[in-house]
Amino acid sequence: MFHREAGVFKTTYAADMALYPLPIAKRTVIILAILFGVILPLILPEYHLSILNLMFIAIVGALGLNILVGYTGQISLGHGAFMSVGAYTAANLAVRLDLPFWLTLPAGGLMAAAIGVLVGIPSLRIKGLYLAIATLAGQLIIEWTINHVPAISGGAQASIQVARPTVFGYSLSTQAHLYFFLLFFAVLAIIVTLNLMRSRIGRAFVAVRDQDIAAEIIGIDIFRYKLLAFAISSFYAGVCGVLYTYYFGIANYEQFQLIVSIDYLAMIIIGGLGSVLGTIFGAVFVTVLPLLLRLVLENVGSLFFSESELANVISGTRLAVFGGLIIVFLIVEPEGLNRLWRNIRSYFRVWPFSY
Amino acid sequence: MSGEDFDFLLALLLNGASIGMMYALIALGFVLVYKATDAINFAQGEFVMMAGLIAAAILGIEGAPLIAAIVAAVAIMIGFGFALERVVLRPLLGRPVVAVIMATIGLAAVLRGLTPVVFGGETRALPLPIGDEPITLGPMSLAPIQVLGMVVTLAFFLGFNWFFKKSRMGVAMRAVADNQQVAQAMGINVQRYFALAWAMAGIVSAAGGIVWGSMLGVDVHLALVGLKVFPVVILGGLDSIGGALVGGLIIGIVESLVAGYVDPYVGGGTKDFVPYVLMILVLMVKPYGIFGKRRIERV
Repeated sequence: MFHREAGVFKTTYAADMALYPLPIAKRTVIILAILFGVILPLILPEYHLSILNLMFIAIVGALGLNILVGYTGQISLGHGAFMSVGAYTAANLAVRLDLPFWLTLPAGGLMAAAIGVLVGIPSLRIKGLYLAIATLAGQLIIEWTINHVPAISGGAQASIQVARPTVFGYSLSTQAHLYFFLLFFAVLAIIVTLNLMRSRIGRAFVAVRDQDIAAEIIGIDIFRYKLLAFAISSFYAGVCGVLYTYYFGIANYEQFQLIVSIDYLAMIIIGGLGSVLGTIFGAVFVTVLPLLLRLVLENVGSLFFSESELANVISGTRLAVFGGLIIVFLIVEPEGLNRLWRNIRSYFRVWPFSY
Repeated sequence: MSGEDFDFLLALLLNGASIGMMYALIALGFVLVYKATDAINFAQGEFVMMAGLIAAAILGIEGAPLIAAIVAAVAIMIGFGFALERVVLRPLLGRPVVAVIMATIGLAAVLRGLTPVVFGGETRALPLPIGDEPITLGPMSLAPIQVLGMVVTLAFFLGFNWFFKKSRMGVAMRAVADNQQVAQAMGINVQRYFALAWAMAGIVSAAGGIVWGSMLGVDVHLALVGLKVFPVVILGGLDSIGGALVGGLIIGIVESLVAGYVDPYVGGGTKDFVPYVLMILVLMVKPYGIFGKRRIERV
């Protein structure tokens, strides 16, 4: 990530596809692992750890969405709903059957994957705009169903309280405990995605994205791969929903409305479509930005708005800034923060002799 | 079927038809843009909300006449349409469909987010001088605003029918929609007609915003009627103006019927749900809608 190679010396495809392009990359990863695994949890206070925790959850969900939108080229406006499917599945299993997290988590993911495939079926006949509208309908229908069927939503307020997960007999009651729990899943999601994308499946996804009719002609079963992309992507979303549920201690449909689907799309567009590193940048950026906005507006905003208006203004500004950033990135830098990062790197690659 | 049941059915049909025509008015803005520029406007509901807000804010000023509010809303929406085309849509020409979709979703977020900052969070009234006395016609009755909505919708559809069939600009616009390169070769300034399409969407949204805002009151939730545009246009066909009217009528009547006959058994709310189910079914069976043009894809 931070190294400067002297040139390209790869002679085999295997070397080109390796996870670590150079030995030094492995060392970077080890340093990052020590930083996130040991140093940060020791020195950071609870509050900052809770922000990191939210980032980890966002990374899982955004990676899932990027597999679908960035790598396979199928748009989905229904990821908020897929998360809610995972969240309510896990919450119901955890409360009614008293199952531990290592059963509810995959169950939530699998349920979301099943629903995701169902919503993705129209993608076989339609694409682009039509698919966006179909997944939008999926989002609205799932939202409505959860809200109106007490058997799923646990009755009043449509929310279910869930106890914090227990690992090896320890209850994860503090943010520091949750930190390691969530870090594990974020790292797992990153590794799985990186490996998935250099496998046969990942290549097929990219082929479908670039030109699906041509992909079919060269022998890729687009029926299978489009549905597979929907399944994998909504599995991630379901897991992300389960993690949110355990993090907040409650499953509530309000956390998974249409606006969440748009937040996640903002993450991958700002970060960079079709890039794992970009997804991480985007998830971090979108998690931190509202906190910064809140900080600024709470100090400056009271000059212009009354106390009671301020809450509305903050949420409104947040939405407007996200929308504005989506537009700006689409027009100015479609490849997102990841591209900016690559530009910085390639500048320093030959620095200080830039020619 | 007894007489009372029949009257109930008739009342539901009429009410559904009038709401459906008001949906059609909003859907018209969507179809105009899609037909001419191939761009999908996910912010149509927010356009309507914005127009309603502007009209309500001007009416809120002491002594401002209604006509001033209407003129201002239309003028600002036209300007907004032009500016939007120039700043956001033009740089995205030739980019994947997903990029345009995302840009309009971002635009919707911007408009929805700025509303409470600029106009405050409260619901504003948008009173029109037409009274509240329901207009009765035999066993049926309609609120005057619904009658006005039907009249406005019909006027717009007839107006656009004339525009596209007879006027020079309308014919040029149809040429642009048909084939951009050929239109350009015939000396039509394609960019200008793209901007014109967005401005026309602005005009239609202004009308929609005033009618809907006067019926529901104006606040952020007015944008939610925009979500109903999708079932309407998918049903009617995305690039068909007549389809928007037919789709609107079908969705309005279906909504009204399920609200009347199904809601008492399931506890309400089905009318927010059934249009989308209908839409998914249409997408699976006939993705280009009733009147839409079928596109053939080649590698």
